[in-house]
Amino acid sequence: MDGNVPAPSSTIGTSHLHDSAQKQVCGEAVYIDDILEPAGTLHVHIGQSEHAHARIRRLDLAPVLAHRGVVDVLSAADIPGRNEISCSHAGDEPVLADDTVHYHGQPIFVVVAETLDAAREAARLAIVEYEPLEPILTIDDAMARESFLTPPRKIRRGDPEGALSRSPHRVQGRIEIGGQEHFYLESHISLAVPREDRDLLVYSSTQNPSDVQNLCARVMDVPDHAISVEVRRMGGGFGGKETQGAIFAAIACLAAGKTGRPAKLRLDRDDDMRISGKRHDFVIDYDAGFDDTGRILGISFEQKLRCGYAADLSGSIADRGIFHADNAYYLENVAITSYRCRTHTASNIAFRGFGVPQGAMGIERALLDIAHHLGRDPVEVRRANFYGPGRDVTHYGQRISNFIVPAIVDELIDDADYEHRRREIAAFNEANPVFKRGMALTPVMMGISFTRINLNQAGALVHVYKDGSIALNHGGTEMGQGLFVKVAQIVANEFDVDLGRVRVTATTTEKVPNTSPTASSSGSDMNGMAARDATRKIKRRLVAFAAEAYGVAEDRVRFIRDTVHIGDDVVPFESLVNEAYMARVPLSATGFYATPRIHFDNDAFWGRPFLYFCYGAAISEVIVDSLTGEYRVERVDILHDVGRSLNPAIDIGQIEGGFIQGMGWLTTEELWHDDSGRLRTHAPSTYKIPVASDRPTVMNVRLADNFEFRGDTPYWSKAVGEPPLILSISVHQALIEAVTAARGDGGPAALDAPATPERVLMAIGAKDMRREARKGKSARDSMSSA
Amino acid sequence: MRSWIEFILNGEPQRLEHVDPTQTVLRYLREHKGLVGTKEGCAEGDCGACTAVIADLHEGAVRYRAVNTCIQFLAMLDGKALITIEGVKGEDDLHPVQRAMVENDGSQCGFCTPGFVMSLYAGYREGIGTSRRDIDDLLAGNLCRCTGYRPIAAAAEAAFRARPNDNAEADDAELKEGLSKLAERPGAHVESDDRHFIAPATADELADVVERFPDATLVAGATDVGLFVTKQGRRLDVVVHLANVRELNAIEENADGVRLGAGVTYEAAQPIIERLYPDIGELIRRIGGRQVRAVGTIGGNIANGSPIGDMPPVLIAVGATITLRRGAEGRTILLEDYYIEYGRQDRRAGEFIESIFVPAPGPGSEFRCYKLSKRFDQDISAVCGAFAMTFADEGGTRVVRDARIAFGGMAGTPMRAADCETFLEGRPWSQETIDGAVEILDQCYAPITDWRASAEYRRRAAANLLRKCFLETSSPARFRLAGTREMADHGR
Repeated sequence: MDGNVPAPSSTIGTSHLHDSAQKQVCGEAVYIDDILEPAGTLHVHIGQSEHAHARIRRLDLAPVLAHRGVVDVLSAADIPGRNEISCSHAGDEPVLADDTVHYHGQPIFVVVAETLDAAREAARLAIVEYEPLEPILTIDDAMARESFLTPPRKIRRGDPEGALSRSPHRVQGRIEIGGQEHFYLESHISLAVPREDRDLLVYSSTQNPSDVQNLCARVMDVPDHAISVEVRRMGGGFGGKETQGAIFAAIACLAAGKTGRPAKLRLDRDDDMRISGKRHDFVIDYDAGFDDTGRILGISFEQKLRCGYAADLSGSIADRGIFHADNAYYLENVAITSYRCRTHTASNIAFRGFGVPQGAMGIERALLDIAHHLGRDPVEVRRANFYGPGRDVTHYGQRISNFIVPAIVDELIDDADYEHRRREIAAFNEANPVFKRGMALTPVMMGISFTRINLNQAGALVHVYKDGSIALNHGGTEMGQGLFVKVAQIVANEFDVDLGRVRVTATTTEKVPNTSPTASSSGSDMNGMAARDATRKIKRRLVAFAAEAYGVAEDRVRFIRDTVHIGDDVVPFESLVNEAYMARVPLSATGFYATPRIHFDNDAFWGRPFLYFCYGAAISEVIVDSLTGEYRVERVDILHDVGRSLNPAIDIGQIEGGFIQGMGWLTTEELWHDDSGRLRTHAPSTYKIPVASDRPTVMNVRLADNFEFRGDTPYWSKAVGEPPLILSISVHQALIEAVTAARGDGGPAALDAPATPERVLMAIGAKDMRREARKGKSARDSMSSA
Repeated sequence: MRSWIEFILNGEPQRLEHVDPTQTVLRYLREHKGLVGTKEGCAEGDCGACTAVIADLHEGAVRYRAVNTCIQFLAMLDGKALITIEGVKGEDDLHPVQRAMVENDGSQCGFCTPGFVMSLYAGYREGIGTSRRDIDDLLAGNLCRCTGYRPIAAAAEAAFRARPNDNAEADDAELKEGLSKLAERPGAHVESDDRHFIAPATADELADVVERFPDATLVAGATDVGLFVTKQGRRLDVVVHLANVRELNAIEENADGVRLGAGVTYEAAQPIIERLYPDIGELIRRIGGRQVRAVGTIGGNIANGSPIGDMPPVLIAVGATITLRRGAEGRTILLEDYYIEYGRQDRRAGEFIESIFVPAPGPGSEFRCYKLSKRFDQDISAVCGAFAMTFADEGGTRVVRDARIAFGGMAGTPMRAADCETFLEGRPWSQETIDGAVEILDQCYAPITDWRASAEYRRRAAANLLRKCFLETSSPARFRLAGTREMADHGR
């Protein structure tokens, strides 16, 4: 009964609906703001800093307290425990600013009122006098002032300097990559309800209930056991709720603790976007030496990332940028320097990809430049650099296995008719003075596991009730990614019962303790394995019981389609369960999983940090209007590896959704701070994520066949959450190709991200339209006409 | 006037006497009715998570339109029916659009889902087509961060394809009867704590109310005023609702042009204006999502004086006039004269915009307008350029007889490029002329840099829009990536 082969009739590998789909389309899925408020619930609003960097000279909250409906006003002095909410325990992230503010929007005080309107109105009455200090806002500022969270980290292998100097060809360049707002549709929210003693039940929209529990306990000066955190589902997370839920939960706890009444903090969209962190923006300088085939002989990267004012997870995110500076390529001689810039902006945080997309952007940009330098198809240059036999150890010491990228690329190039389309595009561009097309293929290789080794553990709790229904709980949180249905499939498969028997219940620290965040794409791997462990424990007890009760050997007890075959007897699953109960067999078990065989020496930056890698590739084609910089993504083809899919529909949803989210990051989503450090794109009116019409005209997504993968994952499935986002780099590269065609002056265009229409037009530069118009006159007839 | 409002909520009649004039529909649903299926995503009408459907009687039939409840004031529901996500499902069965969403994996986190379902429901009832363009437009006012939209568009297509020709539903007759009872009634004036919501039924009533409350906030669709409340926390004590004023909804067409009452919505105006100026039709399609266009008005877009509103530059270019009214007096001015400087318009105390006159294009004229923004749909212009050109044939040469060029986003107000127009007039419509004209155009404006675009991009793009106008009016080829003049081989 062990092994990784699912039952033949199994729920594994087939598409099952998201567990909440029916409820969601009826508006019946309950999010935290939908929970019926307990009587007496108070509403909380946060007073924020109006400066990026300043000393608070005076904070007079008396007028706030005097406002009608206000019950209490809290500032740093009201915190019973530690005024510290850093997930990395860096000691640099207060719940409420004390004497100095470090970014525009930083929470300073909290209004607790009978109504939300009263809390918001009253907050405007606060008298805050600031002594402005000079802020450090940009990466350039921070580099010039050497403002770093931790000293720059330098990783190297081989002899990059020597290889560079000896290389026959060399390209150097810089790419600036903007940040990204998560824009989960449900903004941050917490509801804290006082219970007996000083205990608090906290409903928190978080990917990380155990961390919220621990941090709230520290702020409230109570043991962890006095705080319970529950979340049934989030309205999106994307990493934005990996650590950021804690401060809002803590504020709700402070309000509830001080007043003894339930307190709810639901952030307005603008407040959410101003207060909470974003994806890190990066500036990457690269210097690559290569041979005539485009194979890189030596390369160096300087990665500079804006971390914001506090550490949060920036160290791990910066490290991921280093790990994945190779994307899918063997870098024999490589130097990477990572600068973790501390700035007076919101503390940047996890976001789907976690530094990997930015790291990959650097190498992919360098490879594009190499291809243009040599006049070769970028796909050929990429092929020349893939990992392969004898070239299969990463710059951090991990041997690559199951490396199927070359096969994926070959198959995708055929599927997508790449060669033919490439010729068509060249002809189109030749004939069209105004419109230019571009196409690009980029692969992904992303390591799966938390690089902080201790996080690679998960727990689960499975109950089988007397009627044969099953309750499943695990440490993973559901944010739309389909984790709950996948883990339920695993449990159903182990008992070979109908999926409908298994009810996944809200994630709560009361059922499974000390959990890791649902992050790093590892949710279904780790929680699935833990749930399987729990299920197998119960199953073993049932098998032992059945064998004994029916007098057959254990190997003659088999679970088949909601029944149990015991020797020649066939009994319904629930009958056996009930018999076992009557015989006093325990029908509940905890399960546990610790990712095996991973290790990493952080000082040496060497080891085997990842259990395995996910692979994929995408080809994107765009068309650009060289007069306005506007563009459309016309076609995307994706072939992506999820091992043996647990649930193809869910996996394809993750691939498509992740890709479009990445496309938004690299195209229209622009975070714009003014000179005083104030974020001015803090709502959907000014911050533009993709809408329906932005999706590619044609989008083909397929799962790669990968039957060779053997990992300690549920039934040899692979993670899917983050890797597909990285495929969106192909859209950015297609835009570079189109802009290059529009410039018509040889070398590849400089085009930073996000490639807004403005950046595209400016990258095209001041074209000589007279020349273009003359050139196009004869061509116009060949264009589509009205 | 009536001292109460009445509406139908998911089939149940509601009658309210004391209504906070700026209470939003969303908060009423969630906080007072326990209808929590409708979500708040942004509270500014940009994400669509709060979408519900308003039904009213239009030309004898029930009309269904999606709206953003987060910026609709409750009292604006007077005389209408509201259908929320809780009212869509049948006794036992999911509605076809709900079923299609489930079957196509149209939800992940699910928070945006009720809003999408409501947009799909409105589209289903309205008979929206299944082309990509139709579906994209239907969904443009709803943001989803999880799916990438393909499954939702597939759900729309599947549900609409399977829609019977007669898509009547069981409770239609009841709804129609309920709505007819609420139709054609006098104006309403409801109060709460000495704050007023007044919905006059005639222009005379309106003139009277505006004279009595000169500081009143005039609101038609609340797609802008709603944000005064939700985002700026402004307290509005007297709200005067224009949408039920009969004359303000009037549309009169004749050979000279079309007169639109100031309360005519984008949605209602769009097909009329599109017949005169196809490009303005497309521009209107790109204002907000359907939820915004269903209630937002051209009069409101003009009155608020924003330098980046899309209607003012195009209407200035075509020579539109507006009629303002105070009491019994009216005056008519050129729209361009309404904008004095940033934040200041020529509207006197007690005055309101009564109508807008859009002249028909003259012989030999060509009109083009372009909107540039980060995103094609549901975005605000960085630059909006409008070109009303009249040509004459002089000995086989096409010569510019008259040019009216106006831009939004290039100055503190929507503004004409007078020097550029003068330069063009009398010159042949040729590449050489354009090369000269773009240099003059560049001197006409001193745009600013902000989060929508840099000054440099605005200048360069404005010049290129003039070039594009030239290309489009001197060649049969197509030069756009969106809209009715989109390139044909672009395959959308």
